[in-house]
Amino acid sequence: MDSLYEKLGGEDAVNSAVNIFYRKVLKDETISQFFNDTDMNKQIAKQKAFLTMAFGGPNNYTGMDMRKAHAPLVKKGLNESHFNAVAGHLQATLEELGVAADLVKEVMVVAGSTHDDILGL
Amino acid sequence: MAILNYQQQDYICQENETVLDTLLRENIAIAHGCRQGVCQSCVMLSVDSNPPKNSQHGLRENQQQQHHFLSCLCIPEQNMQIADIEQSDFVYEFKVLAKQMLNHNTLLLRLLHDDKFTFKSGQFINLKSVDNVTRSYSISNTPNQQHYIELQIRLLENGRFSGWVHNDLKIGDNVPASAALGGCFYNKKRSQQQLLLVGTGSGLAPLYGILHDALEQNHEGTIHLFHGGRKAEDLYLNDELTQLVIENKNFHYTPCISGDYNDEHRSHYSQGRANEVALSAYSNLNDWQVYLCGHPEMVKQMQTQVFLKGVNLDDIYIDAFHCLYKK
Repeated sequence: MDSLYEKLGGEDAVNSAVNIFYRKVLKDETISQFFNDTDMNKQIAKQKAFLTMAFGGPNNYTGMDMRKAHAPLVKKGLNESHFNAVAGHLQATLEELGVAADLVKEVMVVAGSTHDDILGL
Repeated sequence: MAILNYQQQDYICQENETVLDTLLRENIAIAHGCRQGVCQSCVMLSVDSNPPKNSQHGLRENQQQQHHFLSCLCIPEQNMQIADIEQSDFVYEFKVLAKQMLNHNTLLLRLLHDDKFTFKSGQFINLKSVDNVTRSYSISNTPNQQHYIELQIRLLENGRFSGWVHNDLKIGDNVPASAALGGCFYNKKRSQQQLLLVGTGSGLAPLYGILHDALEQNHEGTIHLFHGGRKAEDLYLNDELTQLVIENKNFHYTPCISGDYNDEHRSHYSQGRANEVALSAYSNLNDWQVYLCGHPEMVKQMQTQVFLKGVNLDDIYIDAFHCLYKK
Protein backbone atom coordinates (compact mmCIF):
# COMPACT_ATOMS: atom_id res chain seq x y z
CA MET A 1 0.00 0.00 0.00
CA ASP A 2 1.16 3.52 -0.80
CA SER A 3 2.24 5.70 2.09
CA LEU A 4 0.56 9.02 2.81
CA TYR A 5 3.54 10.77 1.20
CA GLU A 6 3.19 8.75 -1.98
CA LYS A 7 -0.57 9.26 -2.13
CA LEU A 8 -0.09 13.01 -1.88
CA GLY A 9 2.39 13.02 -4.75
CA GLY A 10 5.71 13.07 -2.90
CA GLU A 11 8.23 15.81 -3.48
CA ASP A 12 6.30 17.39 -6.36
CA ALA A 13 3.39 17.89 -3.99
CA VAL A 14 5.69 19.54 -1.45
CA ASN A 15 7.04 21.89 -4.12
CA SER A 16 3.56 22.91 -5.26
CA ALA A 17 2.34 23.34 -1.72
CA VAL A 18 5.25 25.39 -0.41
CA ASN A 19 4.62 28.46 -2.58
CA ILE A 20 0.91 28.54 -1.81
CA PHE A 21 1.33 27.77 1.87
CA TYR A 22 4.12 30.25 2.57
CA ARG A 23 2.32 33.00 0.59
CA LYS A 24 -0.74 32.52 2.80
CA VAL A 25 1.41 32.67 5.93
CA LEU A 26 3.16 35.90 4.88
CA LYS A 27 -0.13 37.54 3.88
CA ASP A 28 -1.63 36.85 7.31
CA GLU A 29 -0.81 39.90 9.40
CA THR A 30 -1.55 38.10 12.65
CA ILE A 31 1.47 35.82 12.10
CA SER A 32 3.71 37.46 9.48
CA GLN A 33 5.64 39.25 12.30
CA PHE A 34 7.24 35.91 13.18
CA PHE A 35 8.66 35.60 9.69
CA ASN A 36 9.89 39.16 9.16
CA ASP A 37 13.54 38.83 10.09
CA THR A 38 14.28 35.60 8.36
CA ASP A 39 16.20 34.93 5.21
CA MET A 40 13.57 33.93 2.70
CA ASN A 41 15.55 31.14 1.04
CA LYS A 42 16.40 29.52 4.35
CA GLN A 43 12.82 29.92 5.46
CA ILE A 44 11.62 28.11 2.36
CA ALA A 45 13.99 25.20 2.97
CA LYS A 46 12.52 24.95 6.46
CA GLN A 47 8.94 25.14 5.22
CA LYS A 48 9.73 22.38 2.72
CA ALA A 49 11.18 20.24 5.49
CA PHE A 50 8.08 20.88 7.58
CA LEU A 51 5.69 20.03 4.75
CA THR A 52 7.69 16.89 3.94
CA MET A 53 7.25 15.80 7.53
CA ALA A 54 3.55 16.72 7.66
CA PHE A 55 3.02 14.79 4.42
CA GLY A 56 4.54 11.72 6.02
CA GLY A 57 7.69 11.88 3.90
CA PRO A 58 11.28 11.03 4.76
CA ASN A 59 12.47 13.22 7.60
CA ASN A 60 14.37 13.18 10.81
CA TYR A 61 12.64 16.07 12.43
CA THR A 62 12.70 15.65 16.17
CA GLY A 63 10.56 17.28 18.80
CA MET A 64 13.74 18.75 20.22
CA ASP A 65 14.55 20.52 16.91
CA MET A 66 11.05 21.94 16.81
CA ARG A 67 11.30 23.13 20.40
CA LYS A 68 14.69 24.76 19.92
CA ALA A 69 13.72 26.42 16.66
CA HIS A 70 10.54 27.93 18.06
CA ALA A 71 11.73 28.86 21.54
CA PRO A 72 12.77 32.41 20.52
CA LEU A 73 9.34 32.89 18.93
CA VAL A 74 7.55 31.65 22.03
CA LYS A 75 9.46 34.35 23.92
CA LYS A 76 8.11 36.88 21.44
CA GLY A 77 4.57 35.75 22.19
CA LEU A 78 3.92 32.81 19.89
CA ASN A 79 0.77 31.11 21.14
CA GLU A 80 -2.15 28.83 20.40
CA SER A 81 -3.87 31.31 18.09
CA HIS A 82 -0.79 31.59 15.87
CA PHE A 83 -0.41 27.83 15.76
CA ASN A 84 -4.04 27.49 14.72
CA ALA A 85 -3.66 30.17 12.06
CA VAL A 86 -0.69 28.34 10.46
CA ALA A 87 -2.56 25.04 10.66
CA GLY A 88 -5.51 26.72 8.96
CA HIS A 89 -3.29 27.89 6.10
CA LEU A 90 -1.91 24.39 5.71
CA GLN A 91 -5.41 22.97 5.46
CA ALA A 92 -6.52 25.67 3.00
CA THR A 93 -3.42 25.00 0.87
CA LEU A 94 -4.21 21.30 0.63
CA GLU A 95 -7.82 22.02 -0.23
CA GLU A 96 -6.75 24.49 -2.88
CA LEU A 97 -4.57 21.79 -4.41
CA GLY A 98 -7.56 19.45 -4.53
CA VAL A 99 -6.24 16.93 -2.00
CA ALA A 100 -8.90 14.41 -0.94
CA ALA A 101 -10.57 15.16 2.42
CA ASP A 102 -9.37 11.98 4.15
CA LEU A 103 -5.75 12.72 3.22
CA VAL A 104 -6.09 16.33 4.40
CA LYS A 105 -7.24 14.93 7.70
CA GLU A 106 -4.21 12.65 7.95
CA VAL A 107 -1.84 15.56 7.25
CA MET A 108 -3.55 17.71 9.85
CA VAL A 109 -3.10 14.96 12.44
CA VAL A 110 0.66 14.85 11.76
CA ALA A 111 0.89 18.65 11.84
CA GLY A 112 -1.15 18.72 15.04
CA SER A 113 1.31 16.35 16.69
CA THR A 114 3.91 19.17 16.68
CA HIS A 115 1.68 21.43 18.81
CA ASP A 116 3.37 21.01 22.19
CA ASP A 117 6.90 21.17 20.81
CA ILE A 118 6.23 24.31 18.79
CA LEU A 119 4.60 26.11 21.69
CA GLY A 120 7.15 24.79 24.19
CA LEU A 121 4.56 23.08 26.38
CA MET B 1 36.42 3.65 -4.09
CA ALA B 2 36.87 7.26 -5.10
CA ILE B 3 39.38 9.86 -4.03
CA LEU B 4 38.10 13.24 -2.89
CA ASN B 5 40.35 16.24 -3.24
CA TYR B 6 39.34 18.99 -0.83
CA GLN B 7 41.55 21.94 0.06
CA GLN B 8 44.60 20.30 -1.53
CA GLN B 9 44.21 17.11 0.51
CA ASP B 10 43.12 13.69 -0.72
CA TYR B 11 40.56 11.61 1.17
CA ILE B 12 39.36 8.14 0.35
CA CYS B 13 35.65 7.55 0.09
CA GLN B 14 34.74 4.07 1.31
CA GLU B 15 32.32 1.84 -0.56
CA ASN B 16 28.84 3.46 -0.46
CA GLU B 17 30.05 6.30 1.71
CA THR B 18 28.79 9.80 1.04
CA VAL B 19 31.07 12.80 0.59
CA LEU B 20 29.74 14.29 3.82
CA ASP B 21 30.34 11.10 5.81
CA THR B 22 33.86 10.81 4.43
CA LEU B 23 34.77 14.37 5.41
CA LEU B 24 33.16 14.08 8.84
CA ARG B 25 34.96 10.78 9.43
CA GLU B 26 38.19 12.64 8.67
CA ASN B 27 37.24 15.23 11.30
CA ILE B 28 36.71 18.02 8.82
CA ALA B 29 34.07 20.49 9.91
CA ILE B 30 31.47 20.61 7.16
CA ALA B 31 28.19 22.41 7.77
CA HIS B 32 25.32 19.94 7.66
CA GLY B 33 21.89 19.30 9.09
CA CYS B 34 19.32 16.68 8.16
CA ARG B 35 21.72 14.35 6.28
CA GLN B 36 18.99 13.32 3.90
CA GLY B 37 18.89 15.94 1.23
CA VAL B 38 16.21 18.18 2.64
CA CYS B 39 17.77 21.04 4.57
CA GLN B 40 20.47 21.94 2.01
CA SER B 41 22.95 22.92 4.72
CA CYS B 42 25.71 20.78 3.23
CA VAL B 43 25.81 22.11 -0.33
CA MET B 44 29.28 21.87 -1.89
CA LEU B 45 30.83 22.53 -5.27
CA SER B 46 32.23 19.94 -7.66
CA VAL B 47 35.18 21.69 -9.29
CA ASP B 48 36.24 19.29 -12.01
CA SER B 49 33.23 17.17 -12.98
CA ASN B 50 29.47 16.84 -13.07
CA PRO B 51 28.35 15.58 -9.67
CA PRO B 52 26.05 12.51 -9.59
CA LYS B 53 22.56 13.58 -10.70
CA ASN B 54 20.82 12.33 -7.57
CA SER B 55 23.07 14.46 -5.36
CA GLN B 56 21.59 17.60 -6.96
CA HIS B 57 18.08 16.59 -6.01
CA GLY B 58 15.99 19.60 -5.00
CA LEU B 59 18.65 22.20 -5.83
CA ARG B 60 17.68 25.10 -8.02
CA GLU B 61 18.54 24.84 -11.70
CA ASN B 62 21.11 27.61 -11.43
CA GLN B 63 22.83 25.74 -8.62
CA GLN B 64 22.82 22.55 -10.66
CA GLN B 65 24.40 24.35 -13.60
CA GLN B 66 27.15 25.59 -11.28
CA HIS B 67 27.82 21.94 -10.24
CA HIS B 68 26.59 22.40 -6.70
CA PHE B 69 25.60 19.20 -4.96
CA LEU B 70 24.37 17.93 -1.59
CA SER B 71 27.31 16.24 0.07
CA CYS B 72 24.99 14.13 2.24
CA LEU B 73 23.48 12.49 -0.86
CA CYS B 74 26.61 12.24 -2.94
CA ILE B 75 28.22 8.85 -3.35
CA PRO B 76 31.00 9.64 -5.83
CA GLU B 77 30.97 7.86 -9.19
CA GLN B 78 34.57 8.92 -9.86
CA ASN B 79 37.36 10.87 -8.21
CA MET B 80 36.18 14.36 -7.41
CA GLN B 81 37.75 17.70 -6.64
CA ILE B 82 35.36 19.48 -4.31
CA ALA B 83 35.20 22.87 -2.62
CA ASP B 84 33.01 24.99 -0.40
CA ILE B 85 30.53 27.01 -2.42
CA GLU B 86 31.76 30.26 -0.96
CA GLN B 87 35.29 29.51 -2.19
CA SER B 88 36.87 32.62 -3.55
CA ASP B 89 40.53 31.79 -4.07
CA PHE B 90 42.31 34.22 -6.31
CA VAL B 91 43.23 31.69 -8.97
CA TYR B 92 43.41 34.10 -11.92
CA GLU B 93 45.18 37.28 -12.98
CA PHE B 94 43.20 39.57 -15.27
CA LYS B 95 44.77 42.38 -17.28
CA VAL B 96 43.17 45.82 -17.41
CA LEU B 97 42.13 46.62 -21.00
CA ALA B 98 40.09 49.79 -20.51
CA LYS B 99 38.63 52.21 -18.00
CA GLN B 100 35.79 54.52 -18.91
CA MET B 101 33.44 56.66 -16.83
CA LEU B 102 29.75 55.79 -17.30
CA ASN B 103 28.48 58.71 -15.20
CA HIS B 104 29.84 60.99 -12.48
CA ASN B 105 30.82 58.14 -10.14
CA THR B 106 30.62 54.79 -11.94
CA LEU B 107 33.44 53.37 -13.96
CA LEU B 108 33.39 50.65 -16.58
CA LEU B 109 36.39 48.39 -16.07
CA ARG B 110 37.24 46.00 -18.89
CA LEU B 111 39.51 43.09 -18.03
CA LEU B 112 41.10 40.48 -20.25
CA HIS B 113 40.44 37.11 -18.65
CA ASP B 114 42.31 33.83 -18.58
CA ASP B 115 41.42 31.21 -21.23
CA LYS B 116 40.23 28.81 -18.55
CA PHE B 117 37.90 31.32 -16.91
CA THR B 118 34.23 30.74 -17.69
CA PHE B 119 31.26 32.80 -16.54
CA LYS B 120 27.60 33.52 -16.98
CA SER B 121 26.54 37.16 -17.27
CA GLY B 122 25.35 38.43 -13.91
CA GLN B 123 27.68 36.26 -11.84
CA PHE B 124 30.25 38.05 -9.72
CA ILE B 125 33.99 37.74 -9.21
CA ASN B 126 36.20 38.77 -6.33
CA LEU B 127 39.12 41.05 -7.09
CA LYS B 128 42.11 41.93 -4.95
CA SER B 129 43.90 45.28 -4.88
CA VAL B 130 47.62 45.86 -4.29
CA ASP B 131 46.77 46.50 -0.62
CA ASN B 132 45.05 43.12 -0.37
CA VAL B 133 41.61 44.67 -0.17
CA THR B 134 39.06 42.36 -1.79
CA ARG B 135 35.69 43.21 -3.27
CA SER B 136 33.00 41.49 -5.32
CA TYR B 137 31.78 42.88 -8.64
CA SER B 138 29.16 41.58 -11.04
CA ILE B 139 29.91 40.86 -14.68
CA SER B 140 27.83 43.06 -16.97
CA ASN B 141 28.65 41.63 -20.40
CA THR B 142 28.22 38.27 -22.11
CA PRO B 143 30.97 35.75 -22.92
CA ASN B 144 32.84 36.79 -26.06
CA GLN B 145 35.68 35.66 -28.31
CA GLN B 146 37.93 38.51 -27.22
CA HIS B 147 37.92 37.02 -23.70
CA TYR B 148 37.05 40.12 -21.76
CA ILE B 149 34.67 40.87 -18.93
CA GLU B 150 33.19 44.22 -18.00
CA LEU B 151 32.46 45.46 -14.48
CA GLN B 152 30.68 48.62 -13.34
CA ILE B 153 32.50 50.03 -10.34
CA ARG B 154 30.96 52.81 -8.33
CA LEU B 155 33.36 55.15 -6.57
CA LEU B 156 32.43 55.26 -2.91
CA GLU B 157 33.42 57.95 -0.48
CA ASN B 158 36.56 56.63 1.22
CA GLY B 159 36.14 53.41 -0.78
CA ARG B 160 39.47 51.66 -0.43
CA PHE B 161 38.99 49.36 -3.37
CA SER B 162 36.93 51.58 -5.64
CA GLY B 163 39.29 54.49 -4.94
CA TRP B 164 42.24 52.34 -5.97
CA VAL B 165 40.51 51.28 -9.19
CA HIS B 166 39.49 54.82 -10.06
CA ASN B 167 42.76 56.56 -9.19
CA ASP B 168 45.65 54.12 -9.34
CA LEU B 169 44.85 51.15 -11.53
CA LYS B 170 46.34 51.53 -15.02
CA ILE B 171 45.72 49.96 -18.41
CA GLY B 172 47.94 46.88 -18.64
CA ASP B 173 48.02 46.25 -14.89
CA ASN B 174 47.18 42.77 -13.59
CA VAL B 175 44.49 42.16 -10.97
CA PRO B 176 44.13 38.89 -9.00
CA ALA B 177 40.64 37.47 -9.55
CA SER B 178 38.49 34.56 -8.40
CA ALA B 179 36.33 32.19 -10.42
CA ALA B 180 32.87 33.48 -11.37
CA LEU B 181 30.49 32.89 -8.47
CA GLY B 182 26.84 33.20 -7.58
CA GLY B 183 23.53 32.06 -9.02
CA CYS B 184 22.08 35.34 -10.23
CA PHE B 185 22.18 34.72 -13.98
CA TYR B 186 19.70 34.22 -16.83
CA ASN B 187 17.98 30.87 -16.55
CA LYS B 188 16.01 30.17 -19.70
CA LYS B 189 13.20 27.98 -18.50
CA ARG B 190 10.65 29.01 -21.09
CA SER B 191 11.38 31.52 -23.79
CA GLN B 192 7.95 33.13 -23.36
CA GLN B 193 8.28 33.71 -19.62
CA GLN B 194 8.13 37.37 -18.63
CA LEU B 195 11.22 38.81 -16.94
CA LEU B 196 11.27 41.60 -14.39
CA LEU B 197 14.68 43.15 -13.69
CA VAL B 198 14.94 45.65 -10.84
CA GLY B 199 18.18 47.31 -9.76
CA THR B 200 19.40 50.34 -7.86
CA GLY B 201 22.70 52.13 -8.49
CA SER B 202 25.41 49.80 -9.76
CA GLY B 203 22.90 46.97 -9.28
CA LEU B 204 22.44 47.64 -12.97
CA ALA B 205 25.66 45.72 -13.70
CA PRO B 206 24.39 42.13 -13.29
CA LEU B 207 21.03 43.08 -14.81
CA TYR B 208 22.73 44.57 -17.88
CA GLY B 209 24.53 41.26 -18.35
CA ILE B 210 21.39 39.20 -17.77
CA LEU B 211 19.45 41.39 -20.20
CA HIS B 212 22.03 40.97 -22.96
CA ASP B 213 22.26 37.25 -22.33
CA ALA B 214 18.47 36.89 -22.60
CA LEU B 215 18.32 38.96 -25.80
CA GLU B 216 21.22 37.04 -27.36
CA GLN B 217 19.40 33.82 -26.56
CA ASN B 218 16.29 35.20 -28.32
CA HIS B 219 14.12 35.44 -25.24
CA GLU B 220 10.59 35.98 -26.51
CA GLY B 221 8.66 37.06 -23.40
CA THR B 222 8.49 40.63 -22.15
CA ILE B 223 11.65 41.85 -20.41
CA HIS B 224 11.12 44.92 -18.25
CA LEU B 225 14.08 46.67 -16.61
CA PHE B 226 13.58 49.21 -13.83
CA HIS B 227 16.75 51.07 -12.85
CA GLY B 228 16.69 53.45 -9.92
CA GLY B 229 18.85 56.26 -8.61
CA ARG B 230 18.36 59.26 -6.39
CA LYS B 231 19.16 61.76 -9.14
CA ALA B 232 19.11 61.64 -12.94
CA GLU B 233 22.91 61.71 -13.04
CA ASP B 234 23.07 58.58 -10.85
CA LEU B 235 21.62 56.58 -13.73
CA TYR B 236 23.81 55.49 -16.62
CA LEU B 237 23.80 53.60 -19.92
CA ASN B 238 20.46 55.30 -20.65
CA ASP B 239 21.27 55.79 -24.33
CA GLU B 240 22.34 52.19 -24.82
CA LEU B 241 19.23 50.91 -23.06
CA THR B 242 16.95 53.25 -25.01
CA GLN B 243 18.53 51.97 -28.23
CA LEU B 244 17.84 48.38 -27.11
CA VAL B 245 14.18 49.31 -26.63
CA ILE B 246 14.05 50.47 -30.25
CA GLU B 247 15.73 47.28 -31.46
CA ASN B 248 13.75 44.81 -29.35
CA LYS B 249 9.97 44.87 -29.26
CA ASN B 250 9.80 42.78 -26.09
CA PHE B 251 12.20 44.97 -24.06
CA HIS B 252 10.96 47.81 -21.84
CA TYR B 253 13.12 50.18 -19.84
CA THR B 254 11.97 52.42 -17.00
CA PRO B 255 14.61 54.64 -15.38
CA CYS B 256 13.40 55.93 -12.00
CA ILE B 257 14.37 58.88 -9.83
CA SER B 258 13.63 58.65 -6.12
CA GLY B 259 14.86 62.14 -5.11
CA ASP B 260 13.99 65.63 -6.38
CA TYR B 261 11.84 65.37 -9.45
CA ASN B 262 10.87 68.15 -11.85
CA ASP B 263 8.94 68.71 -15.08
CA GLU B 264 12.04 68.23 -17.19
CA HIS B 265 12.41 64.73 -15.81
CA ARG B 266 8.87 63.73 -16.67
CA SER B 267 9.50 62.84 -20.31
CA HIS B 268 12.42 60.51 -19.52
CA TYR B 269 12.09 59.22 -15.97
CA SER B 270 9.46 57.76 -13.67
CA GLN B 271 9.17 59.23 -10.20
CA GLY B 272 9.81 57.01 -7.18
CA ARG B 273 11.96 54.11 -6.08
CA ALA B 274 12.58 51.56 -8.83
CA ASN B 275 11.06 48.70 -6.81
CA GLU B 276 7.92 50.67 -6.01
CA VAL B 277 7.49 51.85 -9.59
CA ALA B 278 7.90 48.24 -10.75
CA LEU B 279 5.34 46.92 -8.28
CA SER B 280 2.76 49.51 -9.24
CA ALA B 281 3.25 48.75 -12.94
CA TYR B 282 1.91 45.21 -12.66
CA SER B 283 -1.14 44.10 -10.70
CA ASN B 284 0.05 40.51 -10.61
CA LEU B 285 3.30 38.76 -11.43
CA ASN B 286 2.06 35.20 -11.71
CA ASP B 287 4.60 33.05 -13.49
CA TRP B 288 7.19 35.86 -13.97
CA GLN B 289 10.89 35.41 -13.46
CA VAL B 290 12.39 38.18 -11.31
CA TYR B 291 15.97 39.43 -10.85
CA LEU B 292 16.72 41.85 -8.00
CA CYS B 293 20.10 43.53 -7.57
CA GLY B 294 21.54 46.34 -5.49
CA HIS B 295 20.67 47.75 -2.08
CA PRO B 296 20.16 44.83 0.37
CA GLU B 297 17.07 46.34 1.98
CA MET B 298 15.44 46.88 -1.41
CA VAL B 299 16.33 43.35 -2.49
CA LYS B 300 14.94 41.79 0.67
CA GLN B 301 11.69 43.74 0.70
CA MET B 302 11.13 43.26 -2.98
CA GLN B 303 11.78 39.53 -2.74
CA THR B 304 8.84 39.19 -0.37
CA GLN B 305 6.65 41.56 -2.33
CA VAL B 306 7.08 39.86 -5.69
CA PHE B 307 6.51 36.50 -4.01
CA LEU B 308 3.23 37.79 -2.59
CA LYS B 309 2.30 39.04 -6.07
CA GLY B 310 2.53 35.52 -7.41
CA VAL B 311 6.15 34.85 -8.37
CA ASN B 312 7.30 31.39 -7.34
CA LEU B 313 10.36 31.23 -5.13
CA ASP B 314 12.34 29.29 -7.69
CA ASP B 315 11.83 32.17 -10.09
CA ILE B 316 13.37 34.87 -7.89
CA TYR B 317 17.09 35.56 -8.34
CA ILE B 318 18.83 38.03 -6.07
CA ASP B 319 22.15 39.75 -5.70
CA ALA B 320 22.34 42.01 -2.65
CA PHE B 321 25.33 44.38 -2.59
CA HIS B 322 26.11 44.10 1.09
CA CYS B 323 29.60 45.54 1.30
CA LEU B 324 28.51 48.67 -0.54
CA TYR B 325 26.23 49.69 2.26
CA LYS B 326 27.63 48.20 5.43
CA LYS B 327 30.55 50.53 6.06
